[in-house]
Amino acid sequence: MSQTFRRPEGGRIKRNKPVAFRFDGRALTGYEGDTLASALLANGVHLVGRSFKYHRPRGILTAGAEEPNALVTVSRDAARSTPNLRATQVEIYEGMTAESQNRWPSLAFDASAVNDLLSPIFVSGFYYKTFMWPAKFWTSVYEPRIRAAAGLGKAPELPDPDRYQSRFAHCDVLVIGAGPAGLAAALAAMESGARVILCDEQAEMGGSLLSDPDVTIEGQSGRQWSTDVIMALALSDRVTCLTRTTAFGYFADNFVALAERITDHMATPPASSPRERLWQVRAKQVVIATGALERPLVFPENDRPGILFADAARTYLNRYGVMAGRKTVVATACDSAYLAALDLHRAGVEVPAILDIRREGGALTAAARAAGIRVETGATVTGTRGRLRVASVEFGHVQADGSVRHDAVLPCDSLLMSGGWTPTLHMFSQSRGKLRYEEVTGRYLPGRSAEHERSAGACNGTMALGAVLDEGYAAGENAARAAGLATRGTKTFAVAGATTPDGQVLGALPHDRNPGRVKAFVDFQHDVTAKDIKLAVREGFRSIEHVKRYTTTGMATDQGKTSNMNALAIAAGALDKPIPAVGLTTFRMPYTPTTFGIFANTSRGDLFDPVRRTSTHDWAAAAGAEFENVGMWKRAWYFPRQGESMHAAVDRECRTVRAAVGIFDASTLGKIEVVGPDAAEFMHRIYVNPFLKLEVGRCRYGIMCRDDGFVYDDGVVGRIAADRFHVTTTTGGAPRVLSHMEDYLQTEWTDLKVWLTSTTEQWAVIAVQGPKAREAIAPLIEGIDLSKAAMPHMSVRMGTILGVPCRLFRMSFTGELGFEINVPAAYGKAIWEAVHARVVALGGCPYGTEAMHVLRAEKGYIIVGQDTDGTVTPDEAGVGWAVGKSKPDFVGKRGLARADLLKPGRTQLVGLATVDPKVVLEEGAQITPDADPAPRTHAIGHVTSAYHSAVLGRSIALAMVERGRSRLGETLHVPMPGGAIAVTVVDPVFYDKEGGRLDP
Amino acid sequence: MRFSFASLLRNAFSAHTGWPEQWRSPEPKAAYDVIIVGAGGHGLATAYYLAAEHGITNVAVVERGWLGGGNTGRNTTIIRSNYLWEESEALYDHALDLWQDLSQVLNYNVMYSPRGVMMLAHTVHDVQVSKRHVHANRLAGIQNEWLSPEEAKAFCPPLNISRDIRYPVMGAALQRKGGVARHDAVAWGYARAASALGVDIIQNCEVTAIRRGPDGAVTGIETTKGPIGAKKIGVVAAGHTSVVMGMAGLRMPLESYPLQALVSEPLKPVFPCVVMSNTIHAYISQSDKGDLVIGAGTDQYVSYSQTGGLHITTHTLDAICELFPMFRRVRMLRNWGGIVDVTPDRSPILAKTPVKGLFVNCGWGTGGFKATPGSGHVFAHTIARDEPHPKNAPFTLERFRDGRLIDEAAAAAVAH
Repeated sequence: MSQTFRRPEGGRIKRNKPVAFRFDGRALTGYEGDTLASALLANGVHLVGRSFKYHRPRGILTAGAEEPNALVTVSRDAARSTPNLRATQVEIYEGMTAESQNRWPSLAFDASAVNDLLSPIFVSGFYYKTFMWPAKFWTSVYEPRIRAAAGLGKAPELPDPDRYQSRFAHCDVLVIGAGPAGLAAALAAMESGARVILCDEQAEMGGSLLSDPDVTIEGQSGRQWSTDVIMALALSDRVTCLTRTTAFGYFADNFVALAERITDHMATPPASSPRERLWQVRAKQVVIATGALERPLVFPENDRPGILFADAARTYLNRYGVMAGRKTVVATACDSAYLAALDLHRAGVEVPAILDIRREGGALTAAARAAGIRVETGATVTGTRGRLRVASVEFGHVQADGSVRHDAVLPCDSLLMSGGWTPTLHMFSQSRGKLRYEEVTGRYLPGRSAEHERSAGACNGTMALGAVLDEGYAAGENAARAAGLATRGTKTFAVAGATTPDGQVLGALPHDRNPGRVKAFVDFQHDVTAKDIKLAVREGFRSIEHVKRYTTTGMATDQGKTSNMNALAIAAGALDKPIPAVGLTTFRMPYTPTTFGIFANTSRGDLFDPVRRTSTHDWAAAAGAEFENVGMWKRAWYFPRQGESMHAAVDRECRTVRAAVGIFDASTLGKIEVVGPDAAEFMHRIYVNPFLKLEVGRCRYGIMCRDDGFVYDDGVVGRIAADRFHVTTTTGGAPRVLSHMEDYLQTEWTDLKVWLTSTTEQWAVIAVQGPKAREAIAPLIEGIDLSKAAMPHMSVRMGTILGVPCRLFRMSFTGELGFEINVPAAYGKAIWEAVHARVVALGGCPYGTEAMHVLRAEKGYIIVGQDTDGTVTPDEAGVGWAVGKSKPDFVGKRGLARADLLKPGRTQLVGLATVDPKVVLEEGAQITPDADPAPRTHAIGHVTSAYHSAVLGRSIALAMVERGRSRLGETLHVPMPGGAIAVTVVDPVFYDKEGGRLDP
Repeated sequence: MRFSFASLLRNAFSAHTGWPEQWRSPEPKAAYDVIIVGAGGHGLATAYYLAAEHGITNVAVVERGWLGGGNTGRNTTIIRSNYLWEESEALYDHALDLWQDLSQVLNYNVMYSPRGVMMLAHTVHDVQVSKRHVHANRLAGIQNEWLSPEEAKAFCPPLNISRDIRYPVMGAALQRKGGVARHDAVAWGYARAASALGVDIIQNCEVTAIRRGPDGAVTGIETTKGPIGAKKIGVVAAGHTSVVMGMAGLRMPLESYPLQALVSEPLKPVFPCVVMSNTIHAYISQSDKGDLVIGAGTDQYVSYSQTGGLHITTHTLDAICELFPMFRRVRMLRNWGGIVDVTPDRSPILAKTPVKGLFVNCGWGTGGFKATPGSGHVFAHTIARDEPHPKNAPFTLERFRDGRLIDEAAAAAVAH
């Protein structure tokens, strides 16, 4: 058996290119141009999936993106496995392997189908009412089983080897959808000279024209017209045509996200090609031409394989040359199903009857009868039979009182249905446009716009082809004009052979069965039936959002594309309210499920977040440095020599700095140039320190608070000129300090003439620290007197180093004599190498951030963010001396005066010395007065910094402890899982308390 | 009617036509003892505990939209109590205690699932902060343990602990009792239980004014369904609290931000626990239904719009794909936003106000769901006794004036 349901001719598939593929292990063939769904149907395969809850056999329902049933996993290899794809969207390629999902042991015999027998219990929300006894069983028994039963496909187990890309694009007019309306719109926009992007989710543009053999436009067939228009668009250098590209998200200011699928349809994707591409389009104007989706009829047992949408069957016949069956009953409330019946009839398919729920039939009733097809008007389906495929249809006539009289059973192998058309409003609604309800046709339609967009064609409620083309062309023309282009005016298309699909029904259809027992499905994937929705209403769920959440209708992977309107109508009926009074659930992005990888695209590994490297990075790497992440920076952590442990390396670096000299790259510190006539006044207000009297050429250690009075950042500030300050910040704090400063300048102190410039990356900063620091740099510096008298501690001078202009700071974060050489970053490496050579010649070495941390902790210097945590005042951090007591105001002054900040008993920075000098405390460990604290004991503080000090030959620690400064000498305890560690409270300065080494 | 397997079975024989409404939908009476503004989880829980524990059943919960429709129905349902400060530890652990048997207490399966919440550390600073939490929690008797990267991977096999990624996992803090619950069920369960005790839940009823007497005390509210009197009013309006409190002339120290979340298509069980990364902004778990439930960080700008920017979603999925590279082929099914109300210290306000008879419960930021039972429990106490429960006593409005902050954000160095 091979493609026995394929017509000998017709369709747009390439019959000279057969394609072999596998479905559930079974070898099948189709043709290039087939979707997996059309190829399966060509082989007579209708059963392709199982429903989520009851595991009922399910077939292919639709021919497009709205498919709720036919979900498959397609795998190229173990890592390239994609679950939950719609067979109606998957294009087959040679060797494709597709599997059905959520069934065991097989699709035809699924053990979980027992759920269907239990469906009288498994109604909407049943799980909220049970599984509560015994309480322990929820986590051990019930939930694990529910989880195992739930879910659809399996996630791949290996990292995805494919690549994804992102592209930004701008255009005058973005046209979403390339059916008749979209093509006409794109044509008009192109003819007006606009830059156009036209996208369509399908492999081929043309939309409904591709499956309509009857219509003519401007004297040629609809298909030919669309081919010509697509060709004209493709040849224009102002138009970008994107197929297999779904507009999935509409954001503020006409920002639209498109997902382009590039390689999924290829048998052997080129290695150079990304799998998918994200287009982030900013469009001056948007034309939404997303068409409409057919709705199912809600009659008993409307879900068997072999039951599909009428227009889907017509698409399979005319576009793919595939018959959904050989004996096809049609049930409808809409004229469009007659077109399917007539086409099938013409193709030789037996059509036992058209059952039209409308009492008078429709525009094509007479034509169908004339063609010899039996048409029953006022008739509806009351049930279907068939285990894995529909085998017969029961129908009856609706009586005057609304009841149904059973009439007959019609044997068949397929059943088509059409409840009418739902405009696709997703993009319009996502753009925050307001919907309006049209009572006569029972449709929501685009109302007031919120963005620069317009809807055209079926998504706008316009169904007649001629009107669709005219409206599309006008929309494109209007959009181009609104984008500022001269246009050529409107156009009217001559159309013949088109039938306007009038007629529709919403909600559940009447039947003669027991309403409490039959299943008439509204949401196919989630097995939500009409009676589930009525149950929800009965239980008090009155908002449509409540109904949705309680029944899960519209929450499946199709997000209610086929179900929402019927659910709404049933809920409205049960509530006895008009539809608009019940509301509509919100449309959210994405329109159809969108691959995570397309968002993350190139953002992986080092590209996950930009890596900031200093000018000496490569030098340090070559020198064997280990690096640590600090914010976005990579900083040299320590420089291990051959075979040296981190501990040994850090000890050696620390000892070398104390004994001779060390060189350290401090370039990552934030730097801000504060310039202007009011610069000093600004500094005076933004820092807690006084700054007005700081002399040019001098430096000050500045502390910055937020308005709450807590330490926000710190750093050394040099006054370069009367109107110019060189500000440094912490490495992590640079961006937020600049924002904080700008915030005050722009909103609070608009009178100050001050300009701020981030100069973090303009300066390379080389710290040279140690007793031999002066000796190390002296031979290299020109134009600066480095003597103690001429350049005291905390001063800044301008000069050159090896001919390169530099700002030389005399300052120290180690407690030793120290300089920081600022040179333009481009010279950083060269100057570093020269200074490094001098340092090494004097017995020194480079040191990393870990040694820097130890050295500063030995001196009791805080690191903001480590020793402070945003709840610590300057005084508590031990730098209260910095606060300008006589200043009339500064940021944080009022905060510092708050009652609780003045209370005794707050924490203060102290040093801790472990009783056992070998034990290094753990940072973050808590501190208690008792060695064996009872549970829920209040901690009086915590360890903020803890290291082994090589110079002191013991461990040291800094801590924030309540009333810490009054506890000097007290023994406290640091409780750890293995027992408490006894510590003595000491002064936070462990080394060179007198500070003599700073200024030898 | 009591919910049980037996009642479910019984009703199956009558095609489920016998189930009563889960809560009544009455018209408002002229006056109540207490009015709660806002029928989210916290508001409904407050009403329930007022009735169940304090015997105050003449209570109305008024709601502008539909109950449970705000952040209760939009969050990623993470439940944990491993906060840093003693005040927070006590409050959130109180909630965690109440979660344990909430399904049984409410007779509504809220599906509390203690799957373990693992918070990743990616930098030396993260490690310091995480360990500080672990030590503080141990002392306070709150479960929280430190895991090495290898132990973290054993607990959550999909986790990428490669040293080669941009911000490698350096360890994790794990609270095994933490987990998730079914958010809608929490709102519905409290609504049903409260309604059964006599509480009136009045939906589609917007508060337009707060009425006050000559002495300044509240006397009731004006609503779109007419005036309703009450001597005590509890405002629990999340992102719109500032608006409601403004009606009583109170300016709140709150800022409202959009917060986004998303779910994937349903997958077979693949993710056993909850993983959070505050540093690279990824929050992920898998629901009972099979969706990966993923939270993002807040948008950078204040707004009342329940959608957010694409770049925020993108940033979060960057992080998810970096930590769990097998999920790159998984697809986003739905993305949405909510409005979170954030205080300066990222801790809530659960307190009396300077206006007599007016109480406020707000400022939960991005983490209010986990506190729902505890929050309602202590807020009911505060309203009923006109004085705070010891566990919410520190969460005053005055702390922003006096400086007695409970700064969880500062402690973690990020907003979370």
